[in-house]
Amino acid sequence: MSALFSIPFERLSGVIQLSYKCSIFSAMKENSPNAPVIDFDTPALRMHRKIRSYKDKVAEVGVGVGGISVIVAILLIFLYLMYEVVPLFKSASVEPVAEYQVPATSVRPDDAKTLYLATEEQGEVAIRLTSVGEVVFFNAADGQVVDRVQLNLPEGVEVTSVQPEGPASTLMAVGLSNGNLLIIRDRYRITYPGNERLITPRIEYPYGEEPIVISEAGQAITKVALSDAEESLILSAVTADKKAYMVQFVKEESLFGDEVTLTRNEITLPVVEGNLHSILISPDQQWAYLASEKGTIDVLDLREKDEPKLNARLKVTEQNSAIGDVTFQLGGISVLVGDQKGHLSQWFLVRDEQNEWALKKIRSFDHDGTPISLIIPEHRRKGFLMMDAKGELGIYSTTAHRTMLTEKLLDQQPAVAAISPRADLLIVQRQDGVIQTFEVHNEHPEVSWKALWDKVWYESYEEPEYTWQSSASTNDFEPKFSLMPLAFGTLKAAFYAMIVATPLAICGAVFTAYFMAPAMRRKVKPIIELMEALPTVILGFLAGLFLAPFVEGNLPGIFALLLLLPIGMVAFGFAWAQMPDKVRHAIPDGWQAALLIPVVLLVSWFALGMSSHLEIVMFDGDMRTWLSNDLGIPFDQRNALVVGLAMGFAVIPTIFSITEDAIFAVPKHLSYGSLALGATPWQTLTRVVLPTASPGIFSAVMIGMGRAVGETMIVLMATGNTPIMDANIFEGMRTLAANIAVEVPESEVGSSHYRILFLAAFVLFMFTFVVNTIAEMVRQRLRKKYGAL
Amino acid sequence: MRESFGSWARSGSPWVWLNAGAVAISVVMVIGLLVLIAARGLGHFWPASIMEAEVRSGDTTYHLVGEKVEVVSVPVEQVQSAGIELQSDKETVERYLIKTGNRDVYGSDFRWVLEPFVQEITYPENLIAVERREWGNFYGYLLALKEKGETVAVQAAGENSIWPEFEQRIERALNIHEEIYQIEKHDIGRINYTIERLRLKQRRLELDGKDSLSAIAEIDAERAVLNAEYEVLQKQLADLYVEANRDSFVAKAMNGSEIEVSLSKVVRAYQPNRMGVMEKMGFYGAKLWEFLSDEPREANTEGGIFPAIFGTVMMVILMSILVTPFGVIAAVYLREYAKQGFVTRMIRIAVNNLAGVPSIVYGVFGLGFFVYFLGGHVDEMFFPEALPAPTFGTPGLMWASLTLALLTVPVVIVATEEGLARIPRSVREGSLALGATKAETLWRVVLPMASPAMMTGVILAVARAAGEVAPLMLVGVVKLAPSLPLDGNYPFIHLDQKFMHLGFHIYDVGFQSPNVEAARPLVYATALLLVIVIALLNLSAIAIRNHLREKYKSLEM
Repeated sequence: MSALFSIPFERLSGVIQLSYKCSIFSAMKENSPNAPVIDFDTPALRMHRKIRSYKDKVAEVGVGVGGISVIVAILLIFLYLMYEVVPLFKSASVEPVAEYQVPATSVRPDDAKTLYLATEEQGEVAIRLTSVGEVVFFNAADGQVVDRVQLNLPEGVEVTSVQPEGPASTLMAVGLSNGNLLIIRDRYRITYPGNERLITPRIEYPYGEEPIVISEAGQAITKVALSDAEESLILSAVTADKKAYMVQFVKEESLFGDEVTLTRNEITLPVVEGNLHSILISPDQQWAYLASEKGTIDVLDLREKDEPKLNARLKVTEQNSAIGDVTFQLGGISVLVGDQKGHLSQWFLVRDEQNEWALKKIRSFDHDGTPISLIIPEHRRKGFLMMDAKGELGIYSTTAHRTMLTEKLLDQQPAVAAISPRADLLIVQRQDGVIQTFEVHNEHPEVSWKALWDKVWYESYEEPEYTWQSSASTNDFEPKFSLMPLAFGTLKAAFYAMIVATPLAICGAVFTAYFMAPAMRRKVKPIIELMEALPTVILGFLAGLFLAPFVEGNLPGIFALLLLLPIGMVAFGFAWAQMPDKVRHAIPDGWQAALLIPVVLLVSWFALGMSSHLEIVMFDGDMRTWLSNDLGIPFDQRNALVVGLAMGFAVIPTIFSITEDAIFAVPKHLSYGSLALGATPWQTLTRVVLPTASPGIFSAVMIGMGRAVGETMIVLMATGNTPIMDANIFEGMRTLAANIAVEVPESEVGSSHYRILFLAAFVLFMFTFVVNTIAEMVRQRLRKKYGAL
Repeated sequence: MRESFGSWARSGSPWVWLNAGAVAISVVMVIGLLVLIAARGLGHFWPASIMEAEVRSGDTTYHLVGEKVEVVSVPVEQVQSAGIELQSDKETVERYLIKTGNRDVYGSDFRWVLEPFVQEITYPENLIAVERREWGNFYGYLLALKEKGETVAVQAAGENSIWPEFEQRIERALNIHEEIYQIEKHDIGRINYTIERLRLKQRRLELDGKDSLSAIAEIDAERAVLNAEYEVLQKQLADLYVEANRDSFVAKAMNGSEIEVSLSKVVRAYQPNRMGVMEKMGFYGAKLWEFLSDEPREANTEGGIFPAIFGTVMMVILMSILVTPFGVIAAVYLREYAKQGFVTRMIRIAVNNLAGVPSIVYGVFGLGFFVYFLGGHVDEMFFPEALPAPTFGTPGLMWASLTLALLTVPVVIVATEEGLARIPRSVREGSLALGATKAETLWRVVLPMASPAMMTGVILAVARAAGEVAPLMLVGVVKLAPSLPLDGNYPFIHLDQKFMHLGFHIYDVGFQSPNVEAARPLVYATALLLVIVIALLNLSAIAIRNHLREKYKSLEM
């Protein structure tokens, strides 16, 4: 490649200038001045060329990397939304952690049976309450004893039964062999000596250390239950002689609120049949459920404490099976039943139209037929764990009706089991006295496809419903994550917006592209562009603060306007056609729109001006009350009509511009041909131009729809944001987008709620993306078609 | 009749007219909206006359002093059904919304009165309007001036003799207020900021295990110096506060009660009924300037919106710094380097569609990915000393700019690509034939020619970003930022700070404010400003495009 270039001087003026710059003139001097030879191979030039090609490479790589990274960044949105959403649909998993001998009691370790097992908040320290009346606190990780506490029991008395108040409560009733009963509570104090967490457990007696006498006969208590409410404490017990007792203690605070006196009140229970499996008293102390071993539940109405009524006796197991386990779900509303044939079901009281309550089976989970031996409700969520006689574990979520996991954990029947309050540690004592612990990963049980998109029967609801209610003040709240009301609201808002926007935008675009004089077109197009650029926050604010009260005050006027505007325009058009030529020809063709502006103003002024007269004549002076009283249509000030108008305004320019482009791009010779054949301009438009441009118009509507669906600020400001499912134009809605804007800042990062909001964003993203892609493909095909024409 | 209606209708003309009507309606809607915003927004600064009247409704009679803000007409039946006794043979009556001010006396700023009940309307020249730092405006008659609790000047309700002295004393109080503001905001703000940095520095040293005694001592010494400075300033402030609270005035409100207000609480006082047109125009200018240059007062319902303007501008500038190179590089890659085919076509469609993805989705992405994911990691790596308080792991200016950059990057890509596509092949080939490399061709020939398109893209991106609110609500905008994101404290630009934004200001003041009625005019004014900014940006996009197109016209073949 290294060669001297010998080029005639005259033909090289451009190159020489270049070489001048590079000061490589030396080569020329040696040759004759007429035919200078330039040496392009000096070290400097070679260097220069190298740098240039290096720069070229760098640019290529840089642009490549930059370009691809931007495109990747765009892809990242999709992937990241997926990444946040996917954990919602993952099932649970369980890993074994430790296995150790049960931590022994200090007295009679061989006689001590575990009656109750639980862990504190962190899942570090576990508690074991034994039949000998000793409480053993031990380290859940290795079984090391942390502390031993002997309950205050009389000599020779044993603990015969234990029952906590509910899944999330630490208060428990301890039934004794002498017919007495103790109420205790486990407490944990957390300190940080030397920056390390130290948990100190203790036992408290909130109602005194003196046992409460239940059975005067001194029969051992085999089953206990308690419910502790603001005003009263209810205890219930079954003794060895198969007698059931229920006692209420009414609390009365002393004058200074520092002392509570309890007044004892016996409640006589209706006759109880058979062997009771357990007693459940609802936290509101209005109902009690007595479950018999045979598989029936007696529902007791305790609303009148003096006279409890039997509401119903129901068979709650299937195929005449006996009961495996019965317990309350978190909140004490639902009763969870597992039977000896492996069926699990959820029941709660439902009120019917006659205001009568009935216990109903809400949903059931089928297990493989192995008898259910334990049901362990979660402490923070509406879900439970189940262990069957063969040692298999099942994790279920009731709201979502989802089986999170079934896995064989043990090869024998479990004796006692507990889940930590955070639902991340399962602790099981086997029949042979070995404790096994398992780590549970179950992050988002409350979400399932059914819970998101189907009707769900929530606790205390009369029937299955679509409801969005993501948070409430109480801890035992059942979150209601149905996306249906939001999706419905989104489509409702988009629908009304499209009703306003589509005719206006398409008609306007048709006129602008096909009939309008070029001079006027040049003025109209920037106005439409400006309309597109208007921030939606301004439209939303005007809709909420100006339009909503305006529409409310001039409701008849608005509807009159709908009717009068087209009539006025046609009438003016006809009148214009009757004008003498001199007047008609003063304004050239294609300026009709300008002529109509005063007409529009005049008609609007007239329609709105007579609004109050109309209201007085037709609606007794107030259309709003007329609507709600006479027609039974509820009216919100910020309603779908306002949203439709405001969002319609936002969508018009989008549809307008694309439609206008599509119509304008229809080859002129088509319409000329049609006109030449004698068709009127309108016939040409409807028979030739519009059919040709219709895919373009379709894509315009699709893109407009995409914009209406995703619009946030207008809906946020112009509606009341209540997630209702009602197509009524005079009521509001809550859309997916507005819901995200309202709730994301308040949701806890990584929680189910947070991820569901991401799912909502993902749904929006996919919806608009798909709609826009279809529209774009249609448009490209159209472009190709025009090319062929 | 030149033509029967039937034949006219058959020709399709009614449809043509209806189509024309759609254009007319759209145009009327746009213009009407702009006029509405402009009228309401600009009208707010004009000093309205204060009216005084007697209101007799039923048996009760009271005195009314205030500005007439709004007039609406309501059907008589509606009024009667609301339980108000009103004899009228007309169908409708007018209802006035009167801004009575004096929220401290009456509990609310506004009240509605029916026109037939308002009698003996007068506009006394001696009525004064006082804008205060709290409790809103005061309307009434000036009675006396006090200094340290002692009355120094008195006048009867009908006189105006002490007005000049009143103005003078307000002037003095305002000067003192300005001094206090300087000290509190700037000097003490700087000291607090430096002390916080020292704390972080010390914590950092502890974390790194370098907290030797000497280093700690050094920090303690610095802190002592700052604390000493702070003490001095604190003393100065105390003195200034005493000075500022020296004067007060006594005035009579419309219900006859006399109230005393410290002059340190007064922003301005004026007598609108006495003002001539020129004076009113001067006042108007001052108010307008206050609106543009001052900070908000009274939960954003009064004062100015300067921090919101500043925040918007900062965010938009940062965003365009981010979006321009990336957008242009992506477009150049797609058009000049990537192999054209199915994949590029798909990418192009995808990029195009991203412009149509709802902005809230970008907001959610920004919050999840930028703020919690990236921000969380940045904090762990670079700002462990501040943890658990997040530095970048919380919404802020940088994440907002980045989110909006992502949102607007499709706009820039599409516009730039369009510009690149318009450049004829021959120009590129000419450059390459002359021996230029591809990069040189791109840099010297193609990009300059495509610059108008790039410019348009960036301006459109800026216009979109300036008006976007939904994503910002999630990634960094707040209703009231304690300080501007750009100030005299190192490192001067605070990318981690939250900021105020015009669009969010509109949403917040219009919908979250406790006193929406009082805030409404300000919201209109803010909306007007935003519309003007965005309209100007869009117009300038068009103008620049045309100008540059003209400049490179000779190149286009």
